[in-house]
Amino acid sequence: MTAPLLAIKDLRVEYRGAGGVVPAIMDVSLAIMPGESFGLVGESGCGKSTLAMAVMGHLGLAGRIARGEIVLEGQNLVRASEAELRRVRGRRVAMVYQEPGAALNPTMTVGRQLMEVPIAHQDASAVEARLLAARMLADVHMPDPDLVLGRYPHQLSGGQKQRVVIAMALLANPALLLLDEPTTGLDVTVEATVLDLVNELRGKYGTTLLYISHNLGVIAKVCDRVAVMYAGELVEEAPVGELFASPCHPYTRGLLACVPRIGQDKRTAAFVPIPGQVAPPSAHAAGCVFAPRCGQFRAGICDRAPIALHSAGEAHRVRCERWRELPPFERASAATAAVAARGGSPLLAVEHLCKSYEMASPIVSLFRHPLSVVANDDLSFVARRGNILALVGESGSGKSTFARILAGLQSASSGSLRLGEAELAMVPVSRRTAAQVAAIQMVFQHPESTLNPSHSVGWPIARALKKFAAARGRRAVDARVGALLEMVRLPSVIRFRKPRQLSGGQKQRIAIARAFAGNPELLLADEPVSALDVSVQAAIINLLLQIQLEQGTTMVFISHDLALVRHIADHVVVMYLGKVMEAGPADAIFAPPYHPYTEALLSAVPVPDPRVQQKRIRLEGEAPSPINLPKGCRFAGRCPRKLGEICEREAPPLRDAGAGHIIACHIPLEELRRVESVFATSESVVAQP
Amino acid sequence: MSELIHSEERAPPSLIRRLPQSRVALVGIGLVLFWVTLALFAPWLGLQPPNAQDYAAIAQPKPSAAHLLGTDPLGRDMLSRLIWGARTVLTVAPLAVLAAYLVGCTLGLLAGYYGGLVDAVISRLSDVILSFPVIVLYVILIANIGPSMLNIIVAVVLASAPGIGRIVRGLVLELKSQDFVAAALLRRETALYIMVVELLPNCRGPLITDFCLRLGYTTITIGILGFLGLGLPPPDPDWGGMVQQATAMITVWPHMALLPSAALCSLVLGFNLLADGLRELSLRE
Repeated sequence: MTAPLLAIKDLRVEYRGAGGVVPAIMDVSLAIMPGESFGLVGESGCGKSTLAMAVMGHLGLAGRIARGEIVLEGQNLVRASEAELRRVRGRRVAMVYQEPGAALNPTMTVGRQLMEVPIAHQDASAVEARLLAARMLADVHMPDPDLVLGRYPHQLSGGQKQRVVIAMALLANPALLLLDEPTTGLDVTVEATVLDLVNELRGKYGTTLLYISHNLGVIAKVCDRVAVMYAGELVEEAPVGELFASPCHPYTRGLLACVPRIGQDKRTAAFVPIPGQVAPPSAHAAGCVFAPRCGQFRAGICDRAPIALHSAGEAHRVRCERWRELPPFERASAATAAVAARGGSPLLAVEHLCKSYEMASPIVSLFRHPLSVVANDDLSFVARRGNILALVGESGSGKSTFARILAGLQSASSGSLRLGEAELAMVPVSRRTAAQVAAIQMVFQHPESTLNPSHSVGWPIARALKKFAAARGRRAVDARVGALLEMVRLPSVIRFRKPRQLSGGQKQRIAIARAFAGNPELLLADEPVSALDVSVQAAIINLLLQIQLEQGTTMVFISHDLALVRHIADHVVVMYLGKVMEAGPADAIFAPPYHPYTEALLSAVPVPDPRVQQKRIRLEGEAPSPINLPKGCRFAGRCPRKLGEICEREAPPLRDAGAGHIIACHIPLEELRRVESVFATSESVVAQP
Repeated sequence: MSELIHSEERAPPSLIRRLPQSRVALVGIGLVLFWVTLALFAPWLGLQPPNAQDYAAIAQPKPSAAHLLGTDPLGRDMLSRLIWGARTVLTVAPLAVLAAYLVGCTLGLLAGYYGGLVDAVISRLSDVILSFPVIVLYVILIANIGPSMLNIIVAVVLASAPGIGRIVRGLVLELKSQDFVAAALLRRETALYIMVVELLPNCRGPLITDFCLRLGYTTITIGILGFLGLGLPPPDPDWGGMVQQATAMITVWPHMALLPSAALCSLVLGFNLLADGLRELSLRE
């Protein structure tokens, strides 16, 4: 048996803070074999980034390794001197961080930063270093490597920056490459190409990977073996296929039940959220760290300290006392939610809606023709009463601009937007009637900024009740606030807390309660769960679905997450650079015929099931700047199925595929229909609608 | 690190309540309170009247049993004048800074919230005022409108409000893109309400620190104006004026200039240390 490349034994890491010593990692042991790709999954606060920092020896002044050892190629890094660590860091271990923008120095060209690596670590001359850097950039599939060497980081896109950072890490030819959420924050099509790149380079250089992510789908794509962390402990470790097929730990099972599954939606299966929220390692009592949230908890068994790692198979370890007694894992959840019938009369009708921004100040525009950015171009669709309409698209697709126009925070440049009978496209919120304002309420993306930190969380709810005259008198307002809090499953006393005392999920619940204070007809949810942990995400989605059903509210749900949209939407509008590419009933969107862009998006979705085979369609580059848009199809520049000149010259026709399914593409429908489904499975587990 | 602290555990108490945690802030508070207490109780401390001249002491103004800290060139008791002078400075400085805050916050909120032309006008006017050396500005102003308590306050407002406005404007620019402002708009709140209730309370952290610092600067300014003869009209005691009257004798009777200087220095130091402590505490959050 070969020796592991990296072995971590009984590791405990603590931080010293104003409130005393706080443990971040309680007890982690793992071994990574040479050439292996090891995944580390967990929600925020579980200690996975701290683990990476401990391996790099970068814990900072407050952090301290309290116990255990980290052995890299036979050398114990915990006892190594700073000089030894520096040698290891440069040559044996390299790291790719989440924020590529922060990892690059904005004042130096990409070339100089890349050349530093061979010059510092391999005593290369400047000429050699330049050659190496250019070759490495070619290896990470950077177009025009020699040109890119002379560019500054701000001239590159997010995906390109991450490629540069990966190139920089690989230039040191490290034995171990740490990747800490390298694709979080990138668009899904870009993420897919970066993941492909990681897989390809791994084969080419034989680098061992430690891949950290909160996204099970990403882990399923790039890892051989996976460890699941919770509250500073490693709770389960298994080969990737086994972990997804037969997870043993209740937490792992919970995580898998929280994410949307391919081929299912709200009518066939509900999410099963994990109750409660991630507790910090310092908060838990004796026994299992997951006990407070575990449905399988048994007093006397689970609360006796400490829980050991049991072997559940050849390479499968699980930190659960009751793993043998747990029922077999069911991938498809039995729980189903009641849903409203699809169809219904139109509530919101959008017709030829356009929004463009002038780029220059009025003075500049006197001298030359001003540049305008087109954020929304000729949007037309309908949202029906009691249904959920999802707007999907990558960043820059104009979905948030549309949300702001709908809410009245901005005005459209032209076109029409009717809610019921009222025309609202160019009516800002200040000129709408009270009833019109109350009718459209919004849940925002960032839980951190959705509540005013200076006021108690009950205050905006009470204020909204007063402004919309939904309750009069202090008694009535108080009672109604309590009822709204109950509706979002929060205790009534929480109204006196300040936002910073609440978790992200609780803040989003408050935001939902606030939005429902005026009994809205239409709820506008702009990426309401994208900033939340997976287990909390599921609970918020379930809550939204339930309230939406109970109140008969129409919902416009904006998201970049196709799997989530598949789960909750009745109708879907796919947008790209401000234009509608495809629109129709959810079932029709997620099955052929596809618009080529939808097809590429679907094939890029990271699926948390290694058995699912996805068609591999990758888009070149990234969405172009919305300033100089092509005359023809917006997607022509990146389209893998481009027909030819016609795509760039002429706007695509709207092809009607029946049942309200519209595809904007030059490719004839018959040809689009011939395409196979993006998803296929090796087993017959997944059935496509 | 922050992610490790459980959100439900405890709410950090407000900045003011956590003051004792910072040693720097405690020293600052101590110095300020020392002068505030003396100034408050001045009439009951059994001091000699601050303007009463002891002609016998003029020849020998050094500290003695009759005059613990000696007398000034006109034979007035230094101890009494120092404490009564503290009363002046501790009335004028806070009043002036408060008035400057009223004007500065209003301008900053308007410029930051409305942007565009409103912002352009307010910001350019502020730039004009900020481009003057502060002392020159004070001298020009006071020389023209005459030295009095009200005029000193007017001068401080004119000189300080642009700086305060600039801080508030910056904070508001950042805050107004937050979702809770959009949420307030979706409740049909008025602009005034959003500025005062939604935005202003979130500026308080940086403003509290700036307030303390500005109290220190203003104390110095009042001292300088007094020294230049543009302070409060005589004979009432005023630390800057006391230093000025003593300059001619500084080589013979140094205590006459040193004592009011030390008083001024300790009070300003108190304000500055308090500001430092508050800043340190707010960073520690």
